[in-house]
Amino acid sequence: MPEQRKRIVIVGATSSIAEQCARLWVTDHVADLTLVCRDPVKTERVATDLRVRSPDSTIRIVKTDFTDPAAIRNLVDGIVAVGAVDIALIAHGALSDQAACQPDLTMCQAALMVNGVSPVLFAEAFVGHFEAAHHGTVAIIGSVAGDRGRKSNYVYGAAKGLVTRYAQGLQHRLAHSAVKVVLVKPGPTDTPMTADLKQKGAKLAKVGDVARVIVQAIDRGQPVVYAPPKWAIIMLIIRHLPRFIFNKMNI
Amino acid sequence: MVKVSSWGRLSHGDHEVRMLADRERIAGPLRSNRPGIAYGNGRSYGDVCLNPDGVLWRTTGLDRFISLNATTGRLVCEAGVLLRDIQRLVIPRGWILPVTPGTQLITVGGAIANDVHGKNHHRLGSFGDHVQRITLHRTDGTRIVCGPDLEPGWFAATVGGVGLTGVITEAEIQLHRVVGPWLEAETLTYANLDAFFQLADNSEIGWEHTVSWIDCITRGGGRGIFLRANPTEAGGRPVPRARNLTMPLVPPISLVNRLSLRLFNAAYFNLNKSRAGKTVTPYESFFYPLDNIQDWNRMYGPKGFFQYQSVVPRAVGRDAVQAMLHEIARSGAGSFLAVLKTFGDRQPVGLLSFPQPGVTLALDFPNHGERTLKLFERLDAIVREAGGRIYLAKDARMPRDLFESGYPRFVEFMQYRDPGIGSALSRRLMEN
Repeated sequence: MPEQRKRIVIVGATSSIAEQCARLWVTDHVADLTLVCRDPVKTERVATDLRVRSPDSTIRIVKTDFTDPAAIRNLVDGIVAVGAVDIALIAHGALSDQAACQPDLTMCQAALMVNGVSPVLFAEAFVGHFEAAHHGTVAIIGSVAGDRGRKSNYVYGAAKGLVTRYAQGLQHRLAHSAVKVVLVKPGPTDTPMTADLKQKGAKLAKVGDVARVIVQAIDRGQPVVYAPPKWAIIMLIIRHLPRFIFNKMNI
Repeated sequence: MVKVSSWGRLSHGDHEVRMLADRERIAGPLRSNRPGIAYGNGRSYGDVCLNPDGVLWRTTGLDRFISLNATTGRLVCEAGVLLRDIQRLVIPRGWILPVTPGTQLITVGGAIANDVHGKNHHRLGSFGDHVQRITLHRTDGTRIVCGPDLEPGWFAATVGGVGLTGVITEAEIQLHRVVGPWLEAETLTYANLDAFFQLADNSEIGWEHTVSWIDCITRGGGRGIFLRANPTEAGGRPVPRARNLTMPLVPPISLVNRLSLRLFNAAYFNLNKSRAGKTVTPYESFFYPLDNIQDWNRMYGPKGFFQYQSVVPRAVGRDAVQAMLHEIARSGAGSFLAVLKTFGDRQPVGLLSFPQPGVTLALDFPNHGERTLKLFERLDAIVREAGGRIYLAKDARMPRDLFESGYPRFVEFMQYRDPGIGSALSRRLMEN
């Protein structure tokens, strides 16, 4: 019996974590990938790489406006109309400059939109179809930054916190359905997005390791997964630190 | 600023690290008011990839394949792709990288910039012999595409050019046909250097890969294990995934010392002696035996280690190697990882390429400061007199005169340098 081709949609496929997940999905398997992007030229380079890795896989690129609800609805309806989707990985985001967001409300709004509102709109658009089909996994990339607000990046953290609370509600709604919702919370990962963090000497996880955790969690349908897993313990402590201690910390 | 080391862990200088991730947007990160150098997977041993207080352009984000022609075996990829990822992609399709060194955890850019060689040098030369195109970005924003038949001057300067001619972003490589992931390997012992050379000469015709481990201390040094191998279809089954071990911490002192060395060398020699004969083995364990021990370089302790790799012409090879072994045995230093190999009779592509006809000896030494450096001075004298040279990819300390005598084409090389690029090695050996 020929292996069943998984149909996977990746929103924000040029993100390093998403790109590594895509590589894992086409390694040793043949898959049908749809890469949703803002920058088709850059995404084409990712697609070309995936085609070399897996010549029998199908890699498509579609461009859309990530903050336009109507465009997102149309796009997702269009993708699902072609055939059932097994996995939707919603991976886009941009680590915002906290210091710049404080005085600049436009930048603050943009950060909240792209990291918080936009992922929710994509997830909501997919999940309706999945529920009707009684099949599908929505995976959303949140962040450890969404677990507790802190001064160095609370705008980004607030957006990721929104995603966390949204995923929680969605899991409640779909608890008795076959549809799975996976919320991934990566710790700081070594990607171009965190280049500045690295300069400050932060210890960053390898993007390949984070991707392996994500792909495995999606396989199992785990509701919440920290990547690398040690962040589950670190964040458990951070979340429960009393305020008088937390407020003394320079993090 | 971030503390960065090379594989030898001899220094931990501050660097401004810039990630290169988009091959179409290289000019921005290359603009800088202080010199930078490309840094791949950090597997060169000395200071060739270091630039303390300067910029490092990390290339591991440039890790995309661009095309693979399954009929002709032409592979185009970005410069940060690891050789391991190429091997795993192409071997199941009947192709293989023609030349790889003793680790596959290096980038394509690093393999070109150091013009690395492998166990099949006598057959296929070095890595640069199989590169058809290089895309080179200069810090002034220009882009140079070169190959053996296109801008050959730039090509000869960039192959083996230790990153000093520009940042390599893409390469096209001609792969070789291979029957599969298995090798038929034969293990033999030799009692002394004469026996080694005889084995090496006898193996050149019938064997694609040859290398040897040499016991550098027992009875003055010179006995060893000779390995030779050919690709084979005999395996006929998928390769088992090797187990990964990790050196979990840096021991307070080097685990390699006089006592452990004697014990290890004797045990290793006798173990292989008892195993001598033919076996069928997967390519990864034959070519890259240490790749499954993550962070093995930590075993030399907090002060790190040197690797001393030289090549000397064949005519004086036996005597020079004997003299070096004698010096090493006398000093009591030395290492587990002592490798002796003959190079084929061919000239390399690059102006600063390391391989030359002759015999190459590579040894690791734990860093004991002055004592170790003094030993190297005695080894340098032997190499200098023999008309040999030291491998830039391994070096952290050779004197300038030995560089200039070992690499006489460096004068020609200098005109191709990018003034915005510099490394600790270039400042040590070439003024800037």
